[in-house]
Amino acid sequence: MGILIALLGTVAFAVLAPVVGCLLAGVDRIVSARMQGRVGPPLLQPYYDVRKLFGKERAAVNGVEHAYVVCAWLFACVAGGIFFTGGNLLLCVFVITLSSLFFIMAAYSTRSPYAEVGAARETLQVMAYEPMVLLLAVGFYMAAGSFDVGAALSLDAPVIGATLLVFLGVLFILTIKLRKSPFDLSMSHHAHQEIVRGITTEMSGPTLGLVEVMHWCENVLFLGWIGLFFVWGNPASLALAVVVALAAYFLEIAIDNNFARVKWQFMLKSAWAVALVAGGVNIALLAFL
Amino acid sequence: MGYASKSPWVIHYDGSSCNGCDIEVLATLCPGFDGERFGVVNTGNPKHADIFLVTGSVNEQNIAVVKEIYDQMIEPKVVVACGICACTGGVFHDCYNVIGGVDQAIPVDVYAPGCAVRPESLIDAIVEGVKALDEKAAALKAAKKERG
Repeated sequence: MGILIALLGTVAFAVLAPVVGCLLAGVDRIVSARMQGRVGPPLLQPYYDVRKLFGKERAAVNGVEHAYVVCAWLFACVAGGIFFTGGNLLLCVFVITLSSLFFIMAAYSTRSPYAEVGAARETLQVMAYEPMVLLLAVGFYMAAGSFDVGAALSLDAPVIGATLLVFLGVLFILTIKLRKSPFDLSMSHHAHQEIVRGITTEMSGPTLGLVEVMHWCENVLFLGWIGLFFVWGNPASLALAVVVALAAYFLEIAIDNNFARVKWQFMLKSAWAVALVAGGVNIALLAFL
Repeated sequence: MGYASKSPWVIHYDGSSCNGCDIEVLATLCPGFDGERFGVVNTGNPKHADIFLVTGSVNEQNIAVVKEIYDQMIEPKVVVACGICACTGGVFHDCYNVIGGVDQAIPVDVYAPGCAVRPESLIDAIVEGVKALDEKAAALKAAKKERG
């Protein structure tokens, strides 16, 4: 029964998350433009972009590339389905990592030097954020008494009370997950700080469109993680979670527009330091107090 | 209007321009003119671009590069010659090493004259270019249908 619900959730997520993610991306581009003193594109610009990409000619250096990207998109949807149906948070974390690995494989399969630079950097990004993501699951387990996301709905108080440091740590690596500057090493939305196009250098047309759709789905899932900290037994807490997730998204846009890209050494060291200090201390407190 | 015309992603290549036109191309994307209002995004990658903006004339050194970038772009694609040098060779047209405008190397869809080309005329040229882009996208779709 649990699997059936997760599968249905996956289908629903695959349909609904791109809609929400597309609107979020549109808001992102307008807000970014306003921060730079520009008018910016229409709200539906990301949708126009993807529709155009799906209309373009199919061309690939290696045919397997598209298959890998489809797998990456599929597992991103499964991870979203598991999370939003109240499934196991740990499983959700592992499945979304699997999605990232397929994406890296897609870039490596082209053997292009520029795509390989992007893929190597994406690998470093996964290394940088993964410890904190695992500590997120552990922290949630220790505060809620279960790995099931659904368990949050029967709590007396939101987990944020016991996991404030973990929350701050997740907020830190959220910049990497959302591919925002200063941690957008593998693939930036801004052409001015990119080596050709990073991990998507060899992806074009429909393949690139699917990458964009996958990115929308991922963004919705990651904001869901942020919202999870603020959910408890009261149904009104879901609205609070949405508000906090949107506030976190706005914060990420502000960071994106105010910082230049850093080197990978700084990203890796700072992300691990934050995971160790914020996550480690918080979990030690939960374990021993 | 098709979707191709709503999201013209551009790639910019400096042939043998004096950099006057290059600066204007980048100025088009800056806050003062904000090309992104029309969905214009500057990509660094020919495989992502729809519109090829070439500044400067074509010579023996760069003709192979211009052709290579054009070949790497995915259909439907449009070429805009930015500035009088890219259109005809301009004041350099009878130099010993200059072959001529960009149309000596690749098919050009829109000519945007000027020395240097103004951001206003560049936006005009791109808006003109997206019409050609739409026609090419429709032709591609029809050809796809015919093949089945």
